Amino acid sequence: MSDKIKVESFNLFYGDNQALKDIGLNLEEKKVTALIGPSGCGKSTFLRSINRMNDMIPGVSTTGIIEIDGKNVYREEQDLVQLRKNVGMVFQQPNPFPLSIYDNITYGPRIHGITKREELDMIVERTLVQANLWDEVKDRLQSSALGLSGGQQQRLVIARVLAIQPDVILMDEPASALDPISTERLEDLITQLKNDYTIVIVTHNMQQAARVSDMTAFFLNGEIIEYSMTSQLFTSPKDSRTEDYISGRFG
Amino acid sequence: MNAKIKDRIATGMFYLITFLILGILIGLIGFILYRGIKVIDWEFLTEAPGSLLTGGGGVGPQLFNSFYLLILTMLITIPLGLGGGIYMAEYAKPGRLTKMLRVSIEVLSSLPSIVVGLFGLLIFVQYTGWGFSLLAGALTLTVFNLPLMVRVVEQALTAVPREQKEASLALGITHWQTILRVLLPAALPGIVTGTILAAGRVFGEAAALMFTAGMTSPMLDFTDWDPSSPTSPLNPFRPASTLAVHIWKVNAESIVADAKEVASGASALLVIAVLIFNLFARWLGHFIHARLTSGSKS
Repeated sequence: MSDKIKVESFNLFYGDNQALKDIGLNLEEKKVTALIGPSGCGKSTFLRSINRMNDMIPGVSTTGIIEIDGKNVYREEQDLVQLRKNVGMVFQQPNPFPLSIYDNITYGPRIHGITKREELDMIVERTLVQANLWDEVKDRLQSSALGLSGGQQQRLVIARVLAIQPDVILMDEPASALDPISTERLEDLITQLKNDYTIVIVTHNMQQAARVSDMTAFFLNGEIIEYSMTSQLFTSPKDSRTEDYISGRFG
Repeated sequence: MNAKIKDRIATGMFYLITFLILGILIGLIGFILYRGIKVIDWEFLTEAPGSLLTGGGGVGPQLFNSFYLLILTMLITIPLGLGGGIYMAEYAKPGRLTKMLRVSIEVLSSLPSIVVGLFGLLIFVQYTGWGFSLLAGALTLTVFNLPLMVRVVEQALTAVPREQKEASLALGITHWQTILRVLLPAALPGIVTGTILAAGRVFGEAAALMFTAGMTSPMLDFTDWDPSSPTSPLNPFRPASTLAVHIWKVNAESIVADAKEVASGASALLVIAVLIFNLFARWLGHFIHARLTSGSKS
């Protein structure tokens, strides 16, 4: 397996405040990597650094390298549009647009230049099938996405991301607003998607990390304390701080 | 005194204040309508004012001028206000310059309208050489309507949930397309409501117009729709008195025979128009919101 994403001595500052310290890790292609750690440890900040969503926060500066397919996304000539088409993102709160289900999915492709009706229809069906949502919504594609349940909305948002054909999907606590059944369906979906996509998921739920991920990185105070195979990190952590965290002694 | 009694007294006070305000409002509007409505008839709405000494006639040209001036003002204000509001909400970086800009906008919106009127007289009437004209009036109204519009647009845009914006940006959509396709549609109900409320203010403005659009209307030929003709109602370079200015004028010139009736009728017209603006603004805001959130039909 080759490395899809390489991170080398990456630092991020909010003004004078250093939020990420000397991050270094390699993420393998078509694997699920979980980022765990207590609130404020920098795991979400790191996730948002990969598709440069932190750029829009005033006062953020970075040093170091994040490479995707061998190219530093922080290089000067990096096109942000291209980067974000390649690296999709799913947020904590399901955030469908106040449009129909159909228009939510075709929003990205349309702006990126696909206008043929048949082509758009195909994208909608393909991505909804991929996101395990097709059977539930195929008869009401033109009704509002806001009428879906939270779990359905989150799967719709994933379909919307799939519609722009990314290689990498970033997920920022995607199940934290969902009930247990919706969470289970989402986890099944993640397991399916890793056949085709490289997935990085931030989660507060350690059982979830253990269930869905291949690799896990433990963040604390802006640093990576431990990064290894998920099975190993949860059964025999090397660092005592990791052990304290996963056994529920803090965080 | 125990907390329960205090609570009751406080609640009672708030009810009292609310009813007091409501009472004043209803009394005022009721009085104006009561005095004015009997003056309003078809002739009053369409005829030009009679001569100063005999009185009679109506406020037809003034009514037309008020609406026409409003449209002209909005044609200038809406694009500028949208631009300014989008800039303030989406592009202005926090810092000295933005702070200064914000203070300037606030100062501009709180200037007394008579001062803005004098400024308009100097710049739009004299310096440009247009004389008293609809265009000078519209530009003057723009000066203090613009800050209001900028703030309306900015507030409507910043009220759009951040998740919506991030969702779009994360799909590789450019900032501009995100503004166009996600932020502006979501902000539209707020923008429309704010715009119509601002329109109500423009409609009732008098002080800023006395020295800019003028206090007289030329003889208008309502069959002549060529904007370059001097008697055409559409000519933006002709002087024009609006309803509000007309009310002021007939009362200031004490020789007008039927000043009271004209003022009552015109006041009632103004109040009715502003009420309609307000109700329409609420309705349209709700309507657009409902349309935008219900998904497209096919």
